[in-house]
Amino acid sequence: MSGNVRLLNDTLAAARSEGRAALIAYLPAGFPTVDGGIEAVKAALDGGADVVEVGLPHSDPVLDGPVIQTADDIALRGGVKIADVLRTVREAHAATGRPILVMTYWNPIDRYGVERFTAELAEAGGAGCILPDLPVQESALWREHAEKHGLATVFVVAPSSKDERLAEITAVGSGFVYAASLMGVTGTRASVSSQAEDLVRRTRATTDIPVCVGLGVSTPAQAAEVAGFADGVIVGSAFVKGMLDAPDDAAGVAAVRALAADLAKGVRGQV
Amino acid sequence: MPSTYFIPDPEGRTPSPEGYFGAFGGKFIPEALVAAVDEVAVEYDKAKSDPEFARELDDLLANYTGRPSALTEVPRFAAEAGGARIFLKREDLNHTGSHKINNVLGQALLTKRMGKTRVIAETGAGQHGVATATACALFGLDCTIYMGEIDTRRQALNVARMRMLGAEVIAVKSGSRTLKDAINEAFRDWVANVDRTHYLFGTVAGPHPFPAMVRDFHRVIGVETRRQLLERAGRLPDAAVACVGGGSNAIGLFHAFIPDPDVRLIGCEPAGHGIETGEHAATLSAGEPGILHGSRSYVLQDEEGQITEPYSISAGLDYPGIGPEHSYLKDSGRGEYRAVTDDAAMQALRLLSRTEGIIPAIESAHALAGALEVGRELGRDGLIVVNLSGRGDKDMDTAARYFGLYDTDAEVAADEAGTTAEIEGDAK
Repeated sequence: MSGNVRLLNDTLAAARSEGRAALIAYLPAGFPTVDGGIEAVKAALDGGADVVEVGLPHSDPVLDGPVIQTADDIALRGGVKIADVLRTVREAHAATGRPILVMTYWNPIDRYGVERFTAELAEAGGAGCILPDLPVQESALWREHAEKHGLATVFVVAPSSKDERLAEITAVGSGFVYAASLMGVTGTRASVSSQAEDLVRRTRATTDIPVCVGLGVSTPAQAAEVAGFADGVIVGSAFVKGMLDAPDDAAGVAAVRALAADLAKGVRGQV
Repeated sequence: MPSTYFIPDPEGRTPSPEGYFGAFGGKFIPEALVAAVDEVAVEYDKAKSDPEFARELDDLLANYTGRPSALTEVPRFAAEAGGARIFLKREDLNHTGSHKINNVLGQALLTKRMGKTRVIAETGAGQHGVATATACALFGLDCTIYMGEIDTRRQALNVARMRMLGAEVIAVKSGSRTLKDAINEAFRDWVANVDRTHYLFGTVAGPHPFPAMVRDFHRVIGVETRRQLLERAGRLPDAAVACVGGGSNAIGLFHAFIPDPDVRLIGCEPAGHGIETGEHAATLSAGEPGILHGSRSYVLQDEEGQITEPYSISAGLDYPGIGPEHSYLKDSGRGEYRAVTDDAAMQALRLLSRTEGIIPAIESAHALAGALEVGRELGRDGLIVVNLSGRGDKDMDTAARYFGLYDTDAEVAADEAGTTAEIEGDAK
């Protein structure tokens, strides 16, 4: 069975043809529980997210700030396994028909086996993977299997990426390019970094695939601002924080749905 | 003129241009750090062939660190090791009390060459943190040290030293609150502040070029040892023994002996309470290849690639990874690695203290325990050199608790109660 890279491409193209940016939500699997996490993903899509990235919790999330570190920790202490991450993808996709990606550090995939993971992710209906600590130079094996199984390989670019390097990355990436809005780890920020627009412009000069902006985007106003220059807006920590702050799991899921609805207005410029 | 103390690998055998030692190494880093790590590689390459860099570093290593470090024969200690001759390479006598200063001074000079004004570093036992804080004081650089919260407690003396030197010490409360988590936090800082900040990595792990660069700065240890031993013992050793956490002092000792096939290279990993208990940090004995902190190497991890929490009485060895060149030496058979328990290390620490008047760091005591074993295996004709990578002052609280060297709680309470106790005693 082939993965859903085309569904991802079509979804992003549809948003573009509507003259708006896509809304991409990030939620870790297994947080607060595996079933609770699946409900949260469905709520984000129900609220208005076009795409969801399901995080594979890791013991050493070096690129994440305190909010996602806390969620990963809760998920791991709850015993989340890669099988649960795949179940989250499968159930969320089956219930909504939307594109679902996995975002993960590289070691879990390396250990699980690239061939096995890509086959199982495709079988679960996944659309691809974001691999923030797998540089393009080390990615050949992954890309070979991802391509074989119809999965997108989303690379991250950063404000520090030089133009030649952007070209190397976008030449082999697929689905979309994840443009990190700033130099730093995940987490909400008071304002959108001024580096983001320049990075999107430089990235677009190298590729036609959509360029989506993440890191530090949390409010509808920020989403609207980013939507003014990018093809997609990626929000993670704000969703997770809403769940951490909620008095119970049901309220957490409701908070995810409400934030997705507000952000969906943001990416349509309705703020 | 070739430099005396900065002696990078002359043959450039390893690593490959991509940073691989066989199947291990590489550069598994987020895109945000690619430019900075590349800059370190380019700048180090330039520095390596710049006589001015070598002259400056040589001068510091001779007149600030105090190189060459002594080679001390320890016959009373060796009597407990089956009578083999044992020599200690005295990196504990370097300024700041360990081998760490060799690498730190090199990278501090590099920091200045890159025009960066701030340095961050991780530390486990605090030895790398102290050396880094020292170099930052010397060069006028801002300094932030990340240290696991558990380590700030068990190495409190070194926390005080770093603060005295003007560094900011941040206690890391995430994960296992030890060295691994300190490195995670330092990476987070580096990503956010990379413009003006150099991450002065303390061991031969991390992304390329750190494993090769840090090795080069420590290579002097083995080069000096080789020469000193030929002069003193008239031959090469049967075994070169060192403790391995990340592996910097071990690679420093081993590297100059790699071309000598008759010299066994023996790394001593921390077995903690015993590998069978699961409470250990014996990465090469019990780990599997994986990716941690920027390179592929052996890693303590579960079947799903989650890093498992290490344990060792020694803060400096309490790490679930290891430098990639050690993984390469292990798999190629050139290096041998054995695991040494907390108890064996502590007994060796006390033995060296009482037989030779040298109190070693708990890290180095793992190598001493390994040398006792190897000595008994080799017998009377054996010749062993051990890297005494650090001195034990920082460990006196741990050692005092372990051996019960403090006055008992009852006696301390009585002392604090002062004269009352004495009067009561008198009355009886």
